Amino acid sequence: MAITRIPSTTHEPLLWEYADSKESTDVVEIDDRYGLYIDGEFRSPRSRSHFTTVNPATEEPLATVAEAGKADVDDAVAAARAAYEDVWGPMSPPERAKYIFRIARMIQERSRELAVLETLDGGKPIKESRDVDLPLVAGHFFYYAGWADKLEYAFPGIRPRPLGVAGQVIPWNFPMLMLAWKVAPALAAGNTVVLKPAETTPLTALAFARLTEEAGLPPGVLNVVTGAGETGSLVVAHDDVDKVAFTGSTAVGKLIQRQLAGTTKKLTLELGGKGAHLIFEDAPLDQAVEGVINGIFFNQGHVCCAGSRLLVEESVHDRFVDKLKRRLSTLRVGDPMDKNTDVGAINSKEQLDRISDLVESGRSEGAEMFQPDCELPQRGFFFRPTLFTGVSQSHRIAQEEIFGPVLSILSFRTPEEAVEKANNTPYGLSAGVWTSKGSRILWMADRLRAGVVWANTFNKFDPASPFGGYKESGFGREGGRHGLLAYMDWSEG
Amino acid sequence: MTLAPARQSILPDRVTTPTLRTFLRGVPSVDEVGAAERVAALSTRSIKKESKRAALDLMIRMMDLTTLEGKDTPGKVIQMSAKAHRPDPTDPSIPSVAAVCVYPNMVPYAVQATEGTGVLVASVATYFPSGLSDTRLKIEETKKVVADGADEVDMVIDRGAFLAGEYFKVFDEIRRTREACGDAHLKVILETGELETLDNVRRASMLAMAAGADFIKTSTGKVSPAATLPVTLVMLEAIRDFHDATGVQVGMKPAGGIRTSKEAMRYLVVLNETLGVDWMTPEWFRFGASSLLNDVLMQIRWLETGRYSSPDYFTKD
Repeated sequence: MAITRIPSTTHEPLLWEYADSKESTDVVEIDDRYGLYIDGEFRSPRSRSHFTTVNPATEEPLATVAEAGKADVDDAVAAARAAYEDVWGPMSPPERAKYIFRIARMIQERSRELAVLETLDGGKPIKESRDVDLPLVAGHFFYYAGWADKLEYAFPGIRPRPLGVAGQVIPWNFPMLMLAWKVAPALAAGNTVVLKPAETTPLTALAFARLTEEAGLPPGVLNVVTGAGETGSLVVAHDDVDKVAFTGSTAVGKLIQRQLAGTTKKLTLELGGKGAHLIFEDAPLDQAVEGVINGIFFNQGHVCCAGSRLLVEESVHDRFVDKLKRRLSTLRVGDPMDKNTDVGAINSKEQLDRISDLVESGRSEGAEMFQPDCELPQRGFFFRPTLFTGVSQSHRIAQEEIFGPVLSILSFRTPEEAVEKANNTPYGLSAGVWTSKGSRILWMADRLRAGVVWANTFNKFDPASPFGGYKESGFGREGGRHGLLAYMDWSEG
Repeated sequence: MTLAPARQSILPDRVTTPTLRTFLRGVPSVDEVGAAERVAALSTRSIKKESKRAALDLMIRMMDLTTLEGKDTPGKVIQMSAKAHRPDPTDPSIPSVAAVCVYPNMVPYAVQATEGTGVLVASVATYFPSGLSDTRLKIEETKKVVADGADEVDMVIDRGAFLAGEYFKVFDEIRRTREACGDAHLKVILETGELETLDNVRRASMLAMAAGADFIKTSTGKVSPAATLPVTLVMLEAIRDFHDATGVQVGMKPAGGIRTSKEAMRYLVVLNETLGVDWMTPEWFRFGASSLLNDVLMQIRWLETGRYSSPDYFTKD
């Protein structure tokens, strides 16, 4: 016997907007003006020159920062040389390890402060600086601290000797992480450092300098000279620098290589990329969508190993692109300080213009553009996540590094064609292979000319894993045991 | 609470195990690491203020308040039904839950106790929780609970048959149970804790939807693990694929092991960012839970008063 039931009011679906959830900036103190960190103290620049660093999400100035000139760089290199000769070089390896471990622990303790500062100065979402950048930064210092007193065992037959003074120039996309990639192995191998952070993102390097001071790191072991390209050029060209490490654009990398030709300086370069994602028909499609999204929209696409070219097997092309478009529409673009933001601010006006220009070229060359209909903040540098379909190898957007949230989609028919297209670029930094077939992963990895090949995942980093490029993506490896080699004299047994 | 018209199977009458196997082989594979990473990333969503209040309210409206114990009595079911209608007697603004979920011989008591309240009655059937009995008996049981007034039937699939590759047996039981349900809605429990791999979960989801499920449901609550976020994500992705292919909307019910509003919030985030607004209603999403309700009530009171109340202030029925 059925009983008459009275339905309650009908339920409209809930259009669920997440309320603002902003990370507090109370944990950071930003000075109005920063000097150069030379020989264990902050100094006014002898150049008397300064520049302003702005928050790219608001265009508001954050601080005035010194611009190091020739005399300042001379001072920094001299301080580093003295510290190398007198203190850091002669110090016993276990003692050096203690300092690096202490720095690692202090980074961990202050990771919230450093993450907020990274986001304010660089524009990346707070959830990334909090959950990805800072844990990796601490991880790198811990990892290389562990090597410091075990260098004799790192490469059997090679007696480890430091090189001397390392001049390091780092980019703005992962300011703190690139610092860690370079400073941690340099110090662990017994070198001293002159670091030049990027012009648009100097604040975390300066905060790090202060942290090393509190850690009691002897004066001169780490020196931070802020400035633009000019300052970087002074650092790498300095006669008393023994080792140059640069991460940045391929154009600048080529300049540096020319500058260093004929000198005895050791050089490692980590340059641009145009990474390919290869999606086979039998791939785990929904996870591949996540991998592709992460590969190109992580850090607004300001990633040298970004998967900026997507190659999809034709039989699943349309289905995959539909899934991708839908997923693109769920990305939350906006205030980087909101804990729910997925895509933050473009690092600078200059970069925004470059992205806009390349996107325009994609349209005029005939590729089809898709952007989700999301609202962008009124102020600040923002760019909508963008897909291009119908892209040909000959389009600029398939060849040039855009370094922004823009994905170019091409198709392939066979594994051979996939390899050929993936390798058809002057770059060779990263690639991702998506298939359920294990043997195909190995077959592809053998043939892809890229420093990293990820299988069924993307953008995975670990301090123990070496990273670096083929071809015009640079040479030398950072991370892992390999990363030590760049900071050791291993010419004689 | 109203329900959309019940569905039919989308596959032709003359399907066989080989045709079903071919169909299931076409289902995209699942990468377990990737699925776990996706839900971990979504679990960091920070839900505050009014968006939190709206979600807590929705959680109650999406709840199938459940008692499935050997010691269940009419008294227990009647008391739970009162709670289902009026979860917080001190606050009439708190909505009723979607349904009460009970064993078959408790259906008449639940139907009587919820009469006029808008709360639906769901009954487990098909020899819950193992499902290991004759198909004929399972169908009879389904017919009985529907005749007793159940609005929704929560059936279990034959996991042994699924794992043995006897896809037709699984498909046919779902289809026939669907027919036996008449106008009642059918939720198909996959018991994902026994299917173990996410590939199996995705295929079983597609099989159940193809056979006519109105909802797919993770678990009986009798097997550990019960509902998990990766399993729920994969089932939601299957629902999305099925909707893309057929235009048919199917509902989702994670059940078992969801005890706190914080956990339930993560399920809602995964739902919201996988299927979107069309599914953000009790018509298409349910939580199978018993102890979750009081935790949600406690959170609501905290939002309203800024203080946590003692558990003694919330009724236990």
